[in-house]
Amino acid sequence: MIRDFFSHNFAKVREINQKYAKPNVEMSGWVKGSLLFLRLYLILLVGLLLYKFITLL
Amino acid sequence: MFRFSNIYYEFRRVWKAIKLFFIISGPGIVVMVADNDAGGITTYAATGAKYGYHLIWFLLILVPVAYYVQEMTVRLGAVTKRGHGEAIFAGFGAFWGWFSLIDLMIVNWLTLVTEFIGMTSSLRIFGIPPWLTVMGVCILMGIMVLNGRYWTWEKIAMVFCAVNLIYIPGAFMVQPSVHDIIHTGFVPHMPPGGFNNELFFFLMANIGTTIAPWMLFFQQSAVVDKGTKEKDIPWGKLDTLVGAILTVVVAVFIVIVTGTILPGVNIDDAAQASIMLMKTQKYAGTFMAIGLFDAGLLGAICISLASSWAFGEVFGWAHSLNNKVREAPWFYANYFLTLITAGLVVLIPKAPLVLITLFVQVVAVTLLPAALVFLVLLLNNKKTMGEYTNTLWQNVITTIIVVVIVILSTLYGISTLFPNMFK
Repeated sequence: MIRDFFSHNFAKVREINQKYAKPNVEMSGWVKGSLLFLRLYLILLVGLLLYKFITLL
Repeated sequence: MFRFSNIYYEFRRVWKAIKLFFIISGPGIVVMVADNDAGGITTYAATGAKYGYHLIWFLLILVPVAYYVQEMTVRLGAVTKRGHGEAIFAGFGAFWGWFSLIDLMIVNWLTLVTEFIGMTSSLRIFGIPPWLTVMGVCILMGIMVLNGRYWTWEKIAMVFCAVNLIYIPGAFMVQPSVHDIIHTGFVPHMPPGGFNNELFFFLMANIGTTIAPWMLFFQQSAVVDKGTKEKDIPWGKLDTLVGAILTVVVAVFIVIVTGTILPGVNIDDAAQASIMLMKTQKYAGTFMAIGLFDAGLLGAICISLASSWAFGEVFGWAHSLNNKVREAPWFYANYFLTLITAGLVVLIPKAPLVLITLFVQVVAVTLLPAALVFLVLLLNNKKTMGEYTNTLWQNVITTIIVVVIVILSTLYGISTLFPNMFK
């Protein structure tokens, strides 16, 4: 039963990944720049969280 | 006679417009009033106690800030018929979609825990044990969604929004000086002590509570579930504007209450402020506690639904409040699982509730910038938005707002991680 649950959901996730594989927003310079900013922003935040976690230990 | 018939005609026209507004209004008012959740009430109470009426003018600026951001979700939802989660998947692909969905799930669950903290601490003042509060809230929220109609759910939520206005009579009870409020509060100026780290921290906290990630997801999904059409967009905008004004009015009245009775007192949470108020103004303190419970309840109502809607949209489950439980089992399972687990955390002895409250701010800033940037980009997609695409002015205004919110909320989140940075 548990195996069925996970195999069903993994199949669903794969289906979602395929369905949304191609973004429908045109990747102009602004969009690419914004997405790059978001990636860098997240890396910075995750770095700060890790730093805090390590210094707390 | 002709004049009377004219007056009657005008009256009928205005009355019809008001009736239409009450039919179409809902998501905007609910989301905006729910923005004054347990965390928000604490922020406003602490702001009033710390700075008196000196920052009321700053709160007024938050009306257009909240309106311009949330108004975009109305247009996006009405035109695309997609919630924000699904819109991100479709617009930017699976990576950003999964990131937003999983982050939303974590942030919402943590925020829900803070709403339960607010609700249990407020009712504890009246001698109600936390387990009874958690059980009562879960049953109440179950009844709200299990009737199988979006409309009924929304109107019950609107009643709780009306209860949120309890701070207004509360403020009149403490008899503040209207002259002081107008001269100190409504004229933009620097509070005594000038611009320092502490003031900056309070400004960040107030901005940080104005726009939360769940609000974007909630309102867009609610607009879709309600069946809002493109022709209803002007009404949806009015609904959002009325909500934005209401939320700031409530915030201002909270500031007036604590600014009048507890000036110079450091407040850590709104329940503590209620107890302090009760010592001198019994009814004002009682109203503050009732308002805190209502704020937590409204927040919980919206947050648990925001997660369930987002998951339903992406996984393709039936995900409408118009569905019965057997028609949308996963939607309701998600709703109750989120709600009950968050409630149970509060009941665990020695659970790290303070840490959770602080951690919410940090996790929220990982999602908020992405959700806001995606919103602006999606509103510029002519292919899907057509005539409802952002105009140049809308882009200028929303970009400025988004940049300011991202900077201040990020600094607020970082200050939670490193508390001595701004103090």
